[in-house]
Amino acid sequence: MDPMADLNAPHSMGTTIIGVTYNGGVVLGADSRTSTGFYVANRASDKITELTDNVYVCRSGSAADSQIVSDYVRYFLHQHTIQLGQPATVKVAANLIRLLSYNNKNMLQTGLIVGGWDKYEGGKIYGVPLGGTLIEQPFAIGGSGSSYLYGFFDQAWKEGMTRDEAEKLVVKAVSLAIARDGASGGVVRTVTINSEGVTRNFYPGDQLPIWHEELEPHNSLLDILNSSSPEPMNIQ
Amino acid sequence: MSKSVVDVPPKDGFSFDLCRRNAMLSDKGVKPPSYRKTGTTIVGLIFQDGVILGADTRATEGPIVCDKNCEKIHYMAPNIYCCGAGTAADTEAVTDMVSSQLQLHRYHTGRESRVVTALTLLKKHLFNYQGYVSAALVLGGVDITGPHLHTIYPHGSTDTLPFATMGSGSLAAMAIFESKYREGLTRNEGIQLVAEAICSGIFNDLGSGSNVDICVITKGHKEYLRNHLLPNPRTYVNAKGYSFSKKTEVLLTKITPLKEKVEVIEGGDAMEE
Repeated sequence: MDPMADLNAPHSMGTTIIGVTYNGGVVLGADSRTSTGFYVANRASDKITELTDNVYVCRSGSAADSQIVSDYVRYFLHQHTIQLGQPATVKVAANLIRLLSYNNKNMLQTGLIVGGWDKYEGGKIYGVPLGGTLIEQPFAIGGSGSSYLYGFFDQAWKEGMTRDEAEKLVVKAVSLAIARDGASGGVVRTVTINSEGVTRNFYPGDQLPIWHEELEPHNSLLDILNSSSPEPMNIQ
Repeated sequence: MSKSVVDVPPKDGFSFDLCRRNAMLSDKGVKPPSYRKTGTTIVGLIFQDGVILGADTRATEGPIVCDKNCEKIHYMAPNIYCCGAGTAADTEAVTDMVSSQLQLHRYHTGRESRVVTALTLLKKHLFNYQGYVSAALVLGGVDITGPHLHTIYPHGSTDTLPFATMGSGSLAAMAIFESKYREGLTRNEGIQLVAEAICSGIFNDLGSGSNVDICVITKGHKEYLRNHLLPNPRTYVNAKGYSFSKKTEVLLTKITPLKEKVEVIEGGDAMEE
């Protein structure tokens, strides 16, 4: 197959995205691969987008569609925050996403997971999948990599986890999906939101757990060529 | 009388009926005329005090090179430039349109344009046209918030990156960036790396060729290096160019006015039938 044929295909995020609630807040997680057909157009993309100070969204599907939806919702929420004089709730954010996704369902090819914290309901996760329905969930998984995670989450997710447990679970799940889903890869990004505020974390690809048949990270050929001894066989 | 169920009134927004008709026609084997496309290598990177953009200069119509020295780095604002790949008419039109919107915005606000403003205007237009405006862009500039580099795809998605490549030669150019880019490059190192990436596209991608254009943007300054490198100069068999054998000889240089040879009668009666 001609590899160039797909370069003109729309950008889609073959993705793994996750949202998990714990006692006190939520953890959102995502991989960082954006692809056009077989080409990785961006290996370090950020699929966890800020909507307001206390609400974030994980994007999957067409990059253009998910960006336009989140750009509009961010704009609406900022307006709403000014009119209300206080931060928007997670429910309002999720409902705006649902409205856009549902009303334009014929035009849009995107699934989103909204997560955040507000003073009325605490940490909440909402899933807005392809058709534009809104589901409040204790945890949500999405994107092509999520197929590999349903069983894992049924087994591993527990009610009332600590922040540390939740973040560990998310990183483990995304790294499992990266290992099995060709369309997911790169690094793992997480966003933790609670009453204290927001924390972003970054886990480089070479520091993720190693699963079945995976190899230890090793020096790239380029490092060997640039090293003082250019003889590849002499490197120990 | 009630209207037919099929007769739906037109909804708001753009109509893509003709696009569907064209898709149907091409399924039936109708070949549409080809556009002037820039099978292209365009790149950009962020260095220690700004942004460097680069482009090759080949424009093609199908398999034919129709312009050997075109300009693919377009002006957006005094502090923002944009490389374009895809259909030449579309990249030209969309950059011209947005640069005029930016100029009006500057008259309105009296401030320097920001790169995100250009980014938002470009992506809005491209998203509205659902990928039918085939412009793939590398947008770079330095504004009050610092240096910025973005890629914009024809469907309207955008990325923010420290180094970026686009067009048919993007794979060749990305190979160079992925192996040699690092943070905090100096100006000369940056120009050299961008030139090397474009050359990689010129030599390894059929759609790219000819010369290297470069644009360096720093805070308050810019430098457009048109034809920074000429790796494909015209070559002649002879160092002095082509020479042609003399086939015609000059016999006479004296000019003999015709009036002296012929008696000219001016005026006279009009001819009649």
